[in-house]
Amino acid sequence: MRANSPFSILNSQFFAFIKKEFFHIWRDKSTLFILLGMPVAQIIIFGFALTNEVKNAKFAVLDQSKDVATQQLITEMDASRYFDLSKNLTSYKQIEEEFKKGTVKLAVVFPPNFNEDLQHFNKAQVQLVADASDPNVANTLTNYASNIIGDYQKRVTGNRELPYTITTEMRMLYNPQLKGAFNFVPGVMAMVLLLVCTMMTAITIVKEKEMGTMEIMLVSPMRPQLVVFAKAVPYLLLSIINISTILLLSYFVLEMPINGSLVLLVGESILFTLVSLSLGLLISAGAASQQAAMFISLIALFLPTIMLSGFMFPVENMPIPMQVVSKIAPASWYYSIVKSVMIKGIGLHAIWKETLVLAGMMVFFLTLAIKKFKIRLA
Amino acid sequence: MPADKVILVEGLTKRFGDFTAVDHISFEVSRGEIFGFLGANGAGKTTAMRMLCGLSMPSSGKARVAGFDIYKENEKIKKNIGYMSQKFSLYDDLTVKENMRFYGGIYGKSDVFIKDKTKTILEQLHLTAEGDKLVGSLPLGWKQKLAFSVAIFHEPEIVFLDEPTGGVDPVTRREFWNLIYEASASGITVFVTTHYMDEAEYCKRVSIMVDGRIDALDTPANLKLILGAESMDEVFLKLARKATRVES
Repeated sequence: MRANSPFSILNSQFFAFIKKEFFHIWRDKSTLFILLGMPVAQIIIFGFALTNEVKNAKFAVLDQSKDVATQQLITEMDASRYFDLSKNLTSYKQIEEEFKKGTVKLAVVFPPNFNEDLQHFNKAQVQLVADASDPNVANTLTNYASNIIGDYQKRVTGNRELPYTITTEMRMLYNPQLKGAFNFVPGVMAMVLLLVCTMMTAITIVKEKEMGTMEIMLVSPMRPQLVVFAKAVPYLLLSIINISTILLLSYFVLEMPINGSLVLLVGESILFTLVSLSLGLLISAGAASQQAAMFISLIALFLPTIMLSGFMFPVENMPIPMQVVSKIAPASWYYSIVKSVMIKGIGLHAIWKETLVLAGMMVFFLTLAIKKFKIRLA
Repeated sequence: MPADKVILVEGLTKRFGDFTAVDHISFEVSRGEIFGFLGANGAGKTTAMRMLCGLSMPSSGKARVAGFDIYKENEKIKKNIGYMSQKFSLYDDLTVKENMRFYGGIYGKSDVFIKDKTKTILEQLHLTAEGDKLVGSLPLGWKQKLAFSVAIFHEPEIVFLDEPTGGVDPVTRREFWNLIYEASASGITVFVTTHYMDEAEYCKRVSIMVDGRIDALDTPANLKLILGAESMDEVFLKLARKATRVES
């Protein structure tokens, strides 16, 4: 009995190829471990080690007033989980000395007669001096300190009518606790998918070229397009496992909500995976060796994903040419889709443009890849 | 067209820009024949072979392989030929049986066919005990014989061998040629390129390519007679010395 109908032949070719591909992946345990372990490691590193939140920062106080109000304020700051009082200073000069030693990050200066001013003139001044050699930390610390002082002021003046006040009330929509996870989970997703799909497909196809097995396949009746698709399937499945791992970890461990539709989120992720796969195929068509394939994937895709997708640095602040480059990187579109669906909980009607761009990119890369693949035959 | 001519080539040419790699070659190969395709490095034999296998598009000329036109019926040709390249082309991280399963699969063969054929080949090669071992763990000589068996796994009409015995010891080469004889006896046409002149003696007919053209084509015995040479080595040297093309 032979498989004779065109469909069953296609089927047997396709499954024989996919099976072989799974053997490759399964038998290369170290690569498999990296592929599946990477998302876990990244979520843990970004979730627990790399955070913009500052805790228990050491601060110094120059209290020239030494009254009830300043004492209360200092105690309150010391008691908060953001600050630890490390030193009481006696002169301005000491502030810079402390900063130079690097022992404190922030100094709080109370002028003489702080409480009196506050009670009688309804107006008192506090000076916050921050070590801005690290601007991000300085900014965060002064914000925290202002908030603590603001809270205190509200309590003191709460029972009194002030003639004219404008109180600003801030609400941080979608991320009230300003958790870093909201920013990096979508970034990690983009990074992991790109790495698994683009780099691994590029490398494995180039490997077949190097080994000479690709030639055997081109001589066989298996169509080149089928080779391309069969190569992509195992990595698509691996990516679906990775997407699940990331979402489960971020939901249960990092307590990040999934406000939008899960189906939409997974669907968009699969679309992005397909874009990455097509890119990998395209790279493999151009690269001559496995190393070349790896370097092209890393430099052309990985770096723009990290630097320009908005995951690490806001795109809005970049010079125009960089913003254009960022728009070319598929990851930046996916990043904004994931943020919209996961955090803001919006539906397809609001992200159809991004989705369309990704779909267009996929078609473009795939057509180019298959075309380049065919040219090798001529 | 005579039915027993499985390869018919007429004026086949391949140009890369100004360079003519294969220059109007013409020959015929009969069914079941072992046809030696000789030539120095850069003489154009690999390019000619790649055109016949459908890996490379000819610039001009005509050719039919297994009864099909190489321009229009490429897909049909692919089903009826086997190919073994200079590079060892089995997967080291797959077992012997898995490799056969894979190559049988991409030729669209049924599970039953693959199972039977795998058993037959393993018995023929005395490798039944090694069926579940990774190919990477086998000695090179075994791998080479295995690669040949896999190239004719789907029972093609013609098998193209591109320097199949490179880097193999003389004993294994002899065994390898026994496999080629067996294949030929079962009706498979063997088209083989080689550097080894003792192997040329094993062929029924040989062609010798010089500078992209076929300079001589006959049985080894006739070639020696015509050129007044003692051995195929001498035949080859006499012809190849005329080459003006510098190996790049």
